[in-house]
Amino acid sequence: MVDYELKNRIIMKEIFSSFRGTENELIPILQHVQEHFGYLPESAMLEVARFISVSESKVYATASFYSQFRFKATGKKHITVCQGTACHVRGAGKIQDTLERQLGIKEGETTADQEYSLEAVACIGCCALAPCIAVNNETIYGRLTPQKVKVVHEPIRGERKNGQKNHSGQPGNML
Amino acid sequence: MQEVKLVIDNLEITVQEGTTVLEAALQNGIYIPHLCHHPDLKPAGICRLCMVDADGQMLVSCRAAAAEGMVVKTGTPAVEKVRRLAVELLIAEHDAECLTCGKNFNCKLQEVTRFVQIDRERLQELKASERKPVDNSHPFITRDYNKCVLCGICVRTCDEIQGAGAIDFALRGYATKISTFGDNPLRESACESCGECVERCPVGALLPVGFQQPSREVETVCPFCGTGCGLFLGVRGDKLVSARGNPRHTTNKGRLCVKGRFGWSFVNSPERLQAPLIKKDGRFVEAGWDEALDLVAGKLSQYRGEEAGVFASAKTSNEEIYMASKFARVVLGTNNIANVAHLCHANTVRGLLPVTGSAGMTVPAWQIRESACFFVAGCNPTEAHPVIGLEIRKAVREGARLIIANPKEISLCRLPHLRLPLRPGTDAALIMGMAKVILDEGLLDEKFIAERTINFEAFKKSLEIFSLNEAEEVTGVSKDLIREAARVYASSKPALIFWAMGITQHSHGHNNVWALAHLAMMTGNYGKPGAGVAPLRGHNNVQGATDMGATPAWYPGYQLCPGYELYPRFNKFSSSQEKFEKAWGYKLPDSPGLSTVKQFNVKAKGWGGAAMRDLQQKIKAWYIIGADLVNGVAESGHVRRSLEEAEFVVVQDIFLTETAKMADVVLPAACFAEKDGTFTSTDRRVQRIHKVLEPPGKAKADWWITSEIARRMEYSGFDFQNPGQIMDEIASLVPIYGGISYERLKEEELRWPCIDKNHPGTPVLHVDQFIKIEKAEFWPLEYIPSPELPDEDFPLIMTTGRTLPHFHYNMTRKVEGLNKLCPEDFVEINEIDAADLHIQSGDNIKVISRRGSVVSKAMVSNRIIPGVVFKTIHFIESPTNMLTSSEFIDPMGTTPNTKVCPVRIEKVAIRKLEGLGEK
Repeated sequence: MVDYELKNRIIMKEIFSSFRGTENELIPILQHVQEHFGYLPESAMLEVARFISVSESKVYATASFYSQFRFKATGKKHITVCQGTACHVRGAGKIQDTLERQLGIKEGETTADQEYSLEAVACIGCCALAPCIAVNNETIYGRLTPQKVKVVHEPIRGERKNGQKNHSGQPGNML
Repeated sequence: MQEVKLVIDNLEITVQEGTTVLEAALQNGIYIPHLCHHPDLKPAGICRLCMVDADGQMLVSCRAAAAEGMVVKTGTPAVEKVRRLAVELLIAEHDAECLTCGKNFNCKLQEVTRFVQIDRERLQELKASERKPVDNSHPFITRDYNKCVLCGICVRTCDEIQGAGAIDFALRGYATKISTFGDNPLRESACESCGECVERCPVGALLPVGFQQPSREVETVCPFCGTGCGLFLGVRGDKLVSARGNPRHTTNKGRLCVKGRFGWSFVNSPERLQAPLIKKDGRFVEAGWDEALDLVAGKLSQYRGEEAGVFASAKTSNEEIYMASKFARVVLGTNNIANVAHLCHANTVRGLLPVTGSAGMTVPAWQIRESACFFVAGCNPTEAHPVIGLEIRKAVREGARLIIANPKEISLCRLPHLRLPLRPGTDAALIMGMAKVILDEGLLDEKFIAERTINFEAFKKSLEIFSLNEAEEVTGVSKDLIREAARVYASSKPALIFWAMGITQHSHGHNNVWALAHLAMMTGNYGKPGAGVAPLRGHNNVQGATDMGATPAWYPGYQLCPGYELYPRFNKFSSSQEKFEKAWGYKLPDSPGLSTVKQFNVKAKGWGGAAMRDLQQKIKAWYIIGADLVNGVAESGHVRRSLEEAEFVVVQDIFLTETAKMADVVLPAACFAEKDGTFTSTDRRVQRIHKVLEPPGKAKADWWITSEIARRMEYSGFDFQNPGQIMDEIASLVPIYGGISYERLKEEELRWPCIDKNHPGTPVLHVDQFIKIEKAEFWPLEYIPSPELPDEDFPLIMTTGRTLPHFHYNMTRKVEGLNKLCPEDFVEINEIDAADLHIQSGDNIKVISRRGSVVSKAMVSNRIIPGVVFKTIHFIESPTNMLTSSEFIDPMGTTPNTKVCPVRIEKVAIRKLEGLGEK
């Protein structure tokens, strides 16, 4: 409940303004909510339940059924690891293991400092570069190996720690 | 309904149309394995075990209706194959430690596997690999996912039966599980702890914490609220170990709330009083019955008439309240006989007598679902009368309209509804606004008004000077909302109005009640099934306390005492003094008595004309039965002082309450489970309670104690051997109970009036004519503001109420699990007010009124309107009635103004001040 303040209710009102408040609008509303907050905060889901007059457990049940919905805030860098067929055969599992180990989180989680979050997804459409990962759905790193994985996060972490830009890190095969 | 013929396994079967194939088979003794089917719930077709072959096609039999000429085979190789696969998949996920499971021998999965036959080796192969965590967060319910078969019965029960929707299927595939919102522990969810899911779980996934199989069960009635749910109490040895709803009871139909199902353990509490206590040098010393009773008899014989006060208990049986009523009038020669109704629905009861002749709920509780519209004003049924709340939920989900007038967003607001968030104490203005709309827009039932009521013109005239603008200004509810509510109410029939303390606990409470009754009269909502008024009575037998005359105004059966021929049309019901003098054989007091508030705060204003306003305290001795007045009466300082100053106080109770601690003699009473008798529920149903076990120690039934004191004071008419004999005397003197006897109550469902042995009782009141007064009478209405309003020093209005897990101050507070569900007092405050005061949820706060201050905890929410705070009544550690006022009482019902109490709230740094009440 901490993540959701009074001001957010105004945002929720805005979201609701384009809906009628019927049960079949649940998924589109949740999509809007996630678009705005980056995930589904508990208190936002409670408001949704009230708005469409269904039980809060039903909102959670529906949201949890779909992999598109997240219940935790993503990090500043949201890393999506491709688990598509091409990436899979070229070792996506190891890439994910390495990321999990290095970041100290499991798939679906966010680091305590809110910097990174990790998500396994199906094909991101860069099979030629398999195995690959995407950061914030913008930057794609391809032809990765477990050794190369740290380029994804080290430069960013470095920047933070040193308080200055770190130019030494080479972004792998950046597209 | 048509019949359908079909063939199942070569047997020709005839069933009603609409019966499913599974039901048809089960009805005819053919077992088809099933897990997710439950007779109380809609078919779901989840478990796929009930597959059959119907005319060559595979069919889920629990969802397929039996059709004419259908040929069903339940055991073809194909069916068996599918079924086996389904069962094996279930077992693979099931923790099959049967011997240690609470559902052993009572488990549906065992039943299925016994039928399907799974061999030992296959079972080994299927063993579940990973143990899932068990949710032990709830004090009454254990959730073990390792045993869950995902049949969804709990999900559907929570939705269809309880309407709470606390759980649902979450995630997907192998990860699917029954989950609360956010997968939080059950205790932190929307779970209402009713335990209905536990009752229905086919396996051991949901079990009551610490469940013990009873060795015998006894049918009786729940001791908490006035709904009057039927119970089976389970006993093992000399202890109560279980409770379950009576499925044949027409009100609760097997359902119970958290208090009814799990709140019985106060009966076993080691804190129960076990022996009479006599105060010697300021300390209680245990005594024998003879010593205590002789002392009480000797002392009480020194006080008569104005010097004595008697308090009957709305928790005891009709027979016991009748005894108290008789005792006061015969033995102590006083009409100073009171009960807690004077703090709650006296405004309803006395208020409605001149309007409709009777204040009883007009229809039985089972007719609630026949209503098309509910106007729920000043009450919170899902918390205070949970099973009635369920009936409302059910009807609303099936299309009935719901109008809620409450400053607080009660949990019924989760249903489609129209909410009128009015300021506390302005109910009359709101209802007058609605009445005006009904009048102006011609939504009246003119035929009903002409044929069955009188004095409509005077009422109409009183509305002329009142405008919707005024209603909006006073109540804070917009005109449009008032208009819409009036239209919905007047156009959806039959309509039923519920109310409770939000309407009555005002010094102008009778006015609110009149307004509501007039609304029903204007629209012809009387005398029809599902229509009328439903004042929800608080205690299990507070209806009986009113019926049995534990009030100064009337003898048992609403037969008036001298000085209470209150209204012109009541002249023909002259005082019944003579009748009762003849029946009881003694001269009865001529002067009117004092009701609850007035007994302790003689200066209370508002009731009884100038002569009754400035009284001096005359009561010197009190006989108080089963009521914690020190906590219960508004401005409780007066009670404390009166009891301290009294010359002799005897308290009869099951616990050493705050009130009992102030007594000179304390007499240990038997509780509801330890005696026979009758309770009268809020819908006028007279029900038998049965002795389940022996009282603890030397405790005795209240009727025995009262009659024993009377006998020792050498009065006759108190020689009863059992409560059945008392009921016979009641039936002979109280016309509305005339046909009630223990013999009839064994089989029959009787609601008063039940005039004689052949009378079937009265499910619907006022069918052909209004009780007693034949035609209902309209009274002019006027909005009277509450006497004490917020100002600069006390800017917030405090209003009070119950929470779901607790009842009052004693019984539920002795139940560990209920205390875990609601461990401490809280003050609900709107987030805007909280922000102004820099208060956050969980902060310690001081609530200060003109009478005193108490410490509590803040609960910041947007469920209550700004300017109003809500405080619970249950916690003697933070006594709410230290703050409330009894300065003004209702001129008719004598109820104090508990629901509008201006307060100031301050944040305090101290952690907790134990039970502090400063003066």
